Order: sequence, then structure tokens, then C-alpha cells
Amino acid sequence: MCDCAKSDLTLLDGILAEYASVRGSLITILQKAQDVYGYLPTDVLYRVAQATGNTPAKVMGVATFYTQFRLTPVGKHLIMLCKGTACHVNGADAVEKAICEELKIKDGETSEDGLFSLKTVACLGCCSLSPVMMIDEDTYGSLTPTKAVEIIRNIRKEAAV
Amino acid sequence: MRIVIGEGSCGIAAGAQKVYDALAPLLENTGARLGITGCIGMCFLEPIVDIYEKGLLLKRLVRVTPDDAAAIADAVKSDDLSPLDRLAITDEDKSFLDRQTRIALRHCGVIDPEDLNAYLDVDGYKALDKVLHTMSQDDVIAEIKTSGLAGRGGAGFPTWFKWNAAKNAAGDEKYLICNADEGDPGAFMDRAVIESDPHLLIEGMLIAAYAIGAKEAFVYVRAEYPLAIVRLQKAIADATAKGYLGDNILGTDFCCRLRIKAGAGAFVCGEETALIESLEGSRGMPRLKPPFPAEKGYENKPSNINNVETFANVSWIILNGGEAFAAMGTETSKGTKVFALTGKIKRGGLVEIPMGLTLRDVIFNIGGGIRENKRFKAVQLGGPSGGCIPEALLDTVIDYKALSATGAIMGSGGMVVMDETTCMVNMARFFLDFTTKESCGKCVHCRIGTKRMYEILTRITEGEGRPGDIELLEELCDAIRSGALCGLGQTAPNPVLTTIKYFRDEYEAHINEKRCPAGECAALRTYTINKDACRGCTLCAKKCPVGAITGAVKEPHAIDADKCIKCGQCKTVCRFGAVEVR
Ligand SMILES: Cc1cc2nc3c(=O)[nH]c(=O)nc-3n(C[C@H](O)[C@H](O)[C@H](O)COP(=O)(O)O)c2cc1C
Ligand code: FES
Repeated sequence: MCDCAKSDLTLLDGILAEYASVRGSLITILQKAQDVYGYLPTDVLYRVAQATGNTPAKVMGVATFYTQFRLTPVGKHLIMLCKGTACHVNGADAVEKAICEELKIKDGETSEDGLFSLKTVACLGCCSLSPVMMIDEDTYGSLTPTKAVEIIRNIRKEAAV
Repeated sequence: MRIVIGEGSCGIAAGAQKVYDALAPLLENTGARLGITGCIGMCFLEPIVDIYEKGLLLKRLVRVTPDDAAAIADAVKSDDLSPLDRLAITDEDKSFLDRQTRIALRHCGVIDPEDLNAYLDVDGYKALDKVLHTMSQDDVIAEIKTSGLAGRGGAGFPTWFKWNAAKNAAGDEKYLICNADEGDPGAFMDRAVIESDPHLLIEGMLIAAYAIGAKEAFVYVRAEYPLAIVRLQKAIADATAKGYLGDNILGTDFCCRLRIKAGAGAFVCGEETALIESLEGSRGMPRLKPPFPAEKGYENKPSNINNVETFANVSWIILNGGEAFAAMGTETSKGTKVFALTGKIKRGGLVEIPMGLTLRDVIFNIGGGIRENKRFKAVQLGGPSGGCIPEALLDTVIDYKALSATGAIMGSGGMVVMDETTCMVNMARFFLDFTTKESCGKCVHCRIGTKRMYEILTRITEGEGRPGDIELLEELCDAIRSGALCGLGQTAPNPVLTTIKYFRDEYEAHINEKRCPAGECAALRTYTINKDACRGCTLCAKKCPVGAITGAVKEPHAIDADKCIKCGQCKTVCRFGAVEVR
């Protein structure tokens, strides 16, 4: 098995009790597990496989197929930057560049202080406010490189106090 | 008086909830009621506050900020709304809505999406009542056939035909599925319908479930739409509690359960067979068709899949008759279509128009044309499966056949407008970047073919294009189109083919002259300083990361083209507009 079997697997009990025997629930179970752990640790995937009667390969296959699932932990705040068509046309690339420079990370990485992770997505459905990003639950529209950096700095300031 | 704030996702992103929170305490004990509605569709004016008296819209306030709350409360209290005129919508902007014909969106931005009674007040669930008490399964299908309703998810397949096939398929256990994956980036019609009028979707689905004989239904919603999921959950709970959903609906034998399944982020899951795989909890890899879902769908049982907007038209057709629906549109395309108008457009938002208007009508008449009075270059329809239509074809009518003839497709309704600053080669590259990432990898043509195309397009935009690249792209397009397993691969060449067809000169400029006519491709840009505009403030020289800019204080500066890495920082910092890009 893996060398990182440290997760508290009892946190899965409730989820598995509700869904493990319901056909076709693998994605739902992984979504709920990710809500609990923040990501999908390998030992959690093994536990889900065992409880649902799937092979670990099938569970891993699903977990790696969908972009929503993460196999590594994320920072405190998740920045989802839209790079959909409307946002592309309205300058999402420049916004991405500014965020990457500010946080010194690339798409998919987490800043050194563990505060922010950046993930680019294709369309948040707020295209008329493009370019758009979502930080955790909040959506920010009509971004410019400067505005995006300002928003991030404000969150960082709040975290410092 | 009733004060209503538009709270769709985009309204909230623009600050609608903050306006609500600021207004709520001020309106206490004034007799005025504060409420919410969904997406009004005028995203360019959000946040929007409507003031109603006895069901009549007295004033529509736009771009409202929390700072305006006091003025609004004062006006409401004194019963004199004239001080709010500065916030009122202009006649020009009003025409954005007045020029539309709304069927699928008819309650969007009008009713409270979280209130079942609000839906009942606008004849909600009357169509279901009519169907269950007076119509047979075949009657329903015949009415839909008369209407000419075609699938709004992209392909435009006749809805009645699919329902009929599912109804006639052998077996008792059948499933109805709503495709709310809305994967086309730049499209948000389905999100708006679910967030603004969830019961309309439920009612349309129930009628379809009755027609095909399904007792189980699913809505597959993409993960990026949390608000849509919350509102739909509430609507399902409310409808179940009131007997519109569940067992013995409206006192009849008809029973139907509706469940939400949240997607997990995969574009290909919008394709119907991949969606079914995903519903079953597997990787969303498409299946070979036939067998079609009508025979072997979810759990290998007969299933019918329709798009959100398709279902949103159903109750109107039942109440008003298929003929009334068919009276709108063209010979081959009936009814209305919703578009999400975005990009470099002045007035962006949701537009529902009868089929048969032209692209020009939508973009210039309703959308107000291009921002900053730049020049229109192209409009992108149908997302990664669609294409770019140039100015010369702006008078193309909106109709499945006419749009397909251009090389684009009607698609699900994303309409992204581009101006002269958008590079069409880079646009094609953008879509291929998308399809390579979203290709599920099952078939070789799509998995490897799109990757090769992406590499070629990338090298062209980076100034490394070679003679023969255009022909190579065309050859690849041909092979992928005929060899790919599912719609994703088969249509992936469309953005490339249409841009080559209509903007070949841009490709040639990149390849032969190493020039990007739109000035978007960084590697092909040259930065120079206009000597007359430069004041010699030295800011750009200080900012330049590679020391490519030289010049004495108060003397015009110059950029060494050999050192320049084209990062554009000098242009950003220059306060005199002296840095020019070509
Ligand atoms: C790659 C791909 C992505 C698709 N994405 C969607 C989508 O997001 N929403 C949708 O309704 N249909 C989508 N479709 C079309 C569906 O396969 C299917 O035709 C449609 O849901 C049928 O509903 P309709 O007949 O009401 O249009 C997609 C098709 C392909 C090939
Ligand atoms: S393209 Fe960015 S929100 Fe739709």
C-alpha cells in the first residue's frame, strides 16, 4: 500500500454508511470525502475502494479523470481563475500572469506560505463579468491584473491580523 | 411596494448581496417588502434593483451600490421615486430586453426562484396538470412534434423523436436525464434557467418523464454551479412537499423521483453517453453509438437526455399549443433560442430571440455593437465544437441549417464576440488547448490528433510557423473529424477550419511575415517608443527586467529590440502612452 496511511479514516464512516451501497455513487463519495479532507489522500482512496467493492485502480481512475478531484492538499484559499472563451477574449492571460508573479506559483501550485492555491478553470458561468475568478465562495469580476493582485493582497492582509 | 434584487450568480458577483444587506435594515418597518429574483439577463447593468407596486414595475435601478441604499430607502419611504432617476435604466439599455421574445426565460428576473408560490402565480405546474389529467403519452409527443422543438444542447435533434423512441423502447424501467453540464465555456443559459426558474425545469422534466414512461429522473449539473444546485435542491423539496413530485403526482398514478447529480469537472461529460457513464460513477468516457441511449442508456435501460433549455420550453408549448411555438422561427428551426452574449460586446447578457433573426440583429441591435467603438472581427458560436463567423457573414440567419453552412454550429448558445484586437490563430490555439486537456483519451485520433494540432498552432503564434503548416492542419482536421469516436473529437477541428477559411491571411501573416495583425501574439510583437510622446521620465527603463531601455533623463528613450523580451511592462507603466506595439 502507500507510505502515507495517516488520515483519520473514521471521518469517512458516515459518508460510506449513506452511499457505499447505493449504485453509481462513487463520484458522490469522492466529492464528500474531498470536502472532509480538503483533498483525496491515497489511504482514503483505498478505503473507499474497499468499502464500495471497487478495485483501487477504478477509484484512482475516477479520481484522476475529473478535474475537481485533488490528490494533494491545497492552500487555505483556492483561487479558481477562469480561462474560458469570454475571459480569454477579455484578457484572462494577463490576469493569470499577474497572479502567478504575485504568488510566485504556477497553475496548480500552492504559495509558499500555504495561503493560496491557483487553479485555472474553463468558465464559471459569469462570462459577462469576464475576466472572472472565484476565491473560495466569492466571485470577482471585471478583473484587471492590478485589481486581481489587490484582491489577493487584501485577503493576505486580513489573514495577517 | 416590493423591492426586488436580481440575485443570479453574476448579480451576486457584481455585488447584489451587498446591496441587499445594506437595504434590508433600512427598509424595516416601512411596509415595503424586500425580495430576490434570479438573473434578469442584463449582466452589463448588475446589480439591478426593481421597484414594484401592485405587480407593476415602477422603476428599474441599475449598477446599484450599497452606498445607494439610503437614497433608495428614503425614496421608498417618501413615496417619491424621482430622486432615484440618476440610477434608472436608460431607454437605450431597456431596448436590450424589449427586443427579445422570452419563452424559456419568461420568468427569469421576474419571479422569486426560491418561492414555489411565485411560480404557481405565473401558471406554474398548470401544464403538468393539463398533461396528467387530459393527455395521453402520445398526445404529449404529438404536441411536441407539432411545435417543432429541437434539442437546444447543440445538435438540434427533434425532441419528439427522441421521446417517442424512449417511449417505444422495450422495458418498464426507463430514465429521464437533464443535461445541465453546460461545458461550453462562454455559455451560461442553463445556469440562468436553473438559478432563476428551477420549477420550470422540473415541470418540463416531469412532462417528459410522463411522455416516455420514466419514474426516475436525474439532473446532471456541473460542479462549478453551486448556487444552481442549492436552488434546485430547494425547488425539489418544495415541489415534493406540495405533491408536484414524488408519488401519485397531482392525485394521479404518475410517480416520479428527481435527483441531482453534481458533475466533477469534465467537459466530455456533456456528451450524452459520457454523461451516462459519469452518472453510473465511472470515468466519463463516451460509448460507441448505436445503441443510442433511447435503447440502452443509464444502467443499460432506455433513457432520454435533453438539455435544460429544451425542457424549459415544454410547459409553454403544452399551455399555448405546438402551433403557437411553430409560428415562430424559420422553415427548419422553430421557436426561440437563448444566447449568452459575451466578449467585446457593449451590452452582454442573456438574449432570447425567435429563430430567423440575423447575427447582426443580435450583436448590433440588441447587444449594442462593439465596446470602445472598435471594429467587429468575428463571433464565436458553439464553443470548442463551433466556429468563428466573420463580418461578411453577419447577415446569416439564426437557424440550425444556415449556421451549419458557415462551418460553425448553433451550439448550445454561447456567442462570444471578438474585435480587431483578438488574434484568430491564437483563438484556434485557445480552443485546441481546451480540447487536448478535455479529450478523454479513449480514441487515438482525438487524443493525439488534437495535441499535434495544438503544437502546430502554438508554434505559429510563437513565430516558428513553417510553410505548409496550414495544409498540415487541414489534413489533420480531416483525419480527426472522420476518425474520432465521439462528438468532442469529431467537432474539435471546427475552430481551426473556420479560422483558416475566413482568416487565412492572419495565418499567412504569422507564418510568412512573422507578424500578428491583431497584435496579440507576444512573441511577434515589437515595442518601440514614440520619441514625440516620451518625456524621458525613466520609469520604463527602471521597470524593464532585462535593461533593454536606455536614454538620458528628460530625453526620449529607446528600446533595444534584440534585448527586448516583449513582456509589455514598459507599456503598462508609461503614463504618456509613448510605448507603441506592433
Ligand atoms: C463534447 C460534447 C459536449 C457536450 N456538452 C453538452 C452540454 O454541456 N450540454 C448539453 O445540453 N449538451 C451537450 N452536448 C450534447 C449532448 O450530447 C446531447 O446531444 C444533448 O444533451 C441532447 O439534448 P437536446 O436534444 O435537448 O439538445 C455535448 C456533446 C458533445 C459531443
Ligand atoms: S468564460 Fe469566464 S466565466 Fe465564462
